[in-house]
Amino acid sequence: METEVKLTKLASCAGCGAKVGAGTLAQLLEGFQTHQDPRLIVGYDKSDDACVYVVDEQTALVQTTDFFPPIVDDPFLFGQIAAANALSDIYAMGGEPKLALNLLCLAEGMERETVQEILRGGYAKAYEAGAIIAGGHTIQGAEPIYGLAVTGFVHPDKVLTNAAAQPGDRLLLTKPLGVGILTTAAKADLVEGAVLERIYAQMATLNKTARDIMVRYPVHSCTDVTGFALLGHSYEMAQGSGCSIHLDTARIPYHPEAYEMAAMGFIPAGAYRNRTYASAGVKAGPNVTQTMEDICYDPQTSGGLLIALPAEAAEACLAELRQAIPQAAMIGQVTKRQDYAVYLD
Amino acid sequence: MEKLDARGLSCPEPVIMIRKAMLSGGERYEMVVDNTAAKENVTRYAQHQGYQVAVTASGGEYTLTMTK
Repeated sequence: METEVKLTKLASCAGCGAKVGAGTLAQLLEGFQTHQDPRLIVGYDKSDDACVYVVDEQTALVQTTDFFPPIVDDPFLFGQIAAANALSDIYAMGGEPKLALNLLCLAEGMERETVQEILRGGYAKAYEAGAIIAGGHTIQGAEPIYGLAVTGFVHPDKVLTNAAAQPGDRLLLTKPLGVGILTTAAKADLVEGAVLERIYAQMATLNKTARDIMVRYPVHSCTDVTGFALLGHSYEMAQGSGCSIHLDTARIPYHPEAYEMAAMGFIPAGAYRNRTYASAGVKAGPNVTQTMEDICYDPQTSGGLLIALPAEAAEACLAELRQAIPQAAMIGQVTKRQDYAVYLD
Repeated sequence: MEKLDARGLSCPEPVIMIRKAMLSGGERYEMVVDNTAAKENVTRYAQHQGYQVAVTASGGEYTLTMTK
């Protein structure tokens, strides 16, 4: 659907590319005084996807929020993508979303129908996830923003953090990379319609199926690959787990069209922030091209799950994932801590 | 030599600007940018098009000289 004012023209940066760099975030939070609560088992001090609060022996609450400026012009699709992205953090903790609130910022020039379509997209996606949007808050601002605050549940013993990978684990990734690069190149009208439709559909796809399959296996650690890119999130998993992560570029799934666009410099600024944040902990092998590195630093909007689990279980889990998600791939492994957090070969 | 000013522009605008300019097939371009993403991206584009790139930095600005 066409809108009067192109949504992406109202935004200064798109999707998860708008995320403040991990390094900046760490500086902002440095020295911040927090209170402890034994029931808060994942909180401020962890660089994780969501916080987790234990309610009783059977139930823990998982809470997260995510929002960003339009990454696509179609408002219904933008609503779907923003919601899928926000819901993903619950899945990355192994949980199930149940309740959500809209977070909406309206910019001048937005038609009423456009706003309604955004909300309708969010509602539809939340409903698909088994969650209900029960309210929200709307303000006026310089650019449109949409997202959700999401509440979900998980069994306290089944919480999956990004800091529990173990040596010997294999790493699975459930969505191909390159959507940040391709949405950047799309601003120069260099991406074919069929490719855009492919990445839009991918960004609007919930990580629910991946989560539902993953929880049937002995997964040690999980995160979703979003604004900090594959390398930023791998770096956090390695640091949090006290391990090293080895990624095999030959196995990392990415949209092939992203390769040339990256080589031509259509790389979102967020990719360079990710590089600044993680590169001191990343050792790229001599055969890894700069373009492949750029793809691995590319911020992903509503990206896939990065799952760490023992080798034998990983094979079976991947086989089952592939039946529903053909692009899912085994992209690397976890070892005991070495000189670098992440090795890219 | 064509001189281009991409200060104040965020990605991908500087790349779109250099791409448009290079359609004329000139041998030498100079562009000023004011952020590292623009510096890196314009460098990648120019190299992809077969230009050699020299960068000088001064006061948060970068001047890229691209030669074929």
